[in-house]
Amino acid sequence: MALDKQGIAKRIAKEVKDGYYVNLGIGIPTLVANYVREDIDVEFQSENGVLGMGPFPFEGEEDADIINAGKQTITTLPGASFFDSALSFSMIRGQHVQLTILGAMEVSENGDIANWKIPGKMVKGMGGAMDLVASADNIIVAMMHTNRAGASKLLKQCSLPLTGVACVKKIVTNLAVLEVTSKGFNLLERAPGVNVEEIKAATEGNLIITGEIPEMNI
Amino acid sequence: MIQKKVSDAREALQGVSNGMTLMLGGFGLSGIPENAISELMHQGFNNLTCISNNAGVDDFGLGLLLQKKQIKKMVSSYVGENDEFERQMLSGELDVELIPQGTLAERCRAAQAGFPAIYTPAGYGTEVAEGKETREFNGKMYVLEHAFRADFSFVKAWKGDVAGNLIFKGTARNFNPNMCGAAKITVAEVEEFVPAGSLDPNQIHIPGIFVQRIFQGVNYEKRIEQRTVRQKAQYGIG
Repeated sequence: MALDKQGIAKRIAKEVKDGYYVNLGIGIPTLVANYVREDIDVEFQSENGVLGMGPFPFEGEEDADIINAGKQTITTLPGASFFDSALSFSMIRGQHVQLTILGAMEVSENGDIANWKIPGKMVKGMGGAMDLVASADNIIVAMMHTNRAGASKLLKQCSLPLTGVACVKKIVTNLAVLEVTSKGFNLLERAPGVNVEEIKAATEGNLIITGEIPEMNI
Repeated sequence: MIQKKVSDAREALQGVSNGMTLMLGGFGLSGIPENAISELMHQGFNNLTCISNNAGVDDFGLGLLLQKKQIKKMVSSYVGENDEFERQMLSGELDVELIPQGTLAERCRAAQAGFPAIYTPAGYGTEVAEGKETREFNGKMYVLEHAFRADFSFVKAWKGDVAGNLIFKGTARNFNPNMCGAAKITVAEVEEFVPAGSLDPNQIHIPGIFVQRIFQGVNYEKRIEQRTVRQKAQYGIG
């Protein structure tokens, strides 16, 4: 069965390693924090200016001055710090953040990503996404394999305006885990109960299948 | 001590006129200069260019100025959550320049720090870089982005004193420190105006040299955009 959003978050959480500073985008990436192993030390950065983000506050304890990049009220954990926007993006562009997890509308087989604009329909802006994808070494995209109309989001070439060029390293979808290589999307894992044919049918870009593809362990 | 205190928002806005370029601090509705925005609305300035990460919501923050059609152009990184903004942008009434958030911060900081421009990797290969100078450093491509040039900068701090020294709170800090001293005149409004000498010099985030006018703000609403909470009962508390 294909994964739901929680399942995608759960699988991505396994990519988060001890000692990592991690930036989580809005949407599925935000859920990843709920599934990170408790025996490792990880700090979550939010680009509006906090490192060491904790869970949502208890009702009545929310503070308008403590929010995340999704404008949600949050708390901080021991060791947390606040900083201004320039310093926040110094952390990002300066590659002090080890892992960036973000959503996407489209990813191409060479690792281009589009997630900020649908011309004529939706123009909300890129926020910090262009800084993040232009700088991070380790970028994982969390998204559904196809859009609501059933069309593939893993393409030969993005059709929407780009957020960044040749930057995505890994993609976790409701169907599969794939890595971006110079030859296209290399299929690493299948979602539980999903077969290779289904993944092939849902992938427009070049899909590389080598040997037996294992099922995700989540 | 050089005195920066003015009595209120009205006095703080002296010299603002139609057609000016303004910087306004804040991320979402957090840390926005509520008093300055309100005064800009009451005095009815128009044809303004506003540099601010977001454009408020329909009935708060910069959304108030958008509703009265006082803004000619917005320079922002993210403008969701605002139907009036979207309507004016799609109809062509409002000119909008969307730029990466880190670039926005650094173009403020460059103005503050006396750099005419900076190179950033953000936006290279996208429409943001179209028509801009690019250059390779150590095998990677960068885009030249110019420092902002603004007439007034309006920031909001938690505490401040007569010398213009500022301390910010939590994530309400965001763009506010980067905009101090980045325009010809910086106006700071504070939640707590404290007596001279009562701020510890070790704890000051922005020295008063970057601030020309400071005043005690009033009636802060500090609206929360996305109230997200946990229920104590679920955690066996309360």
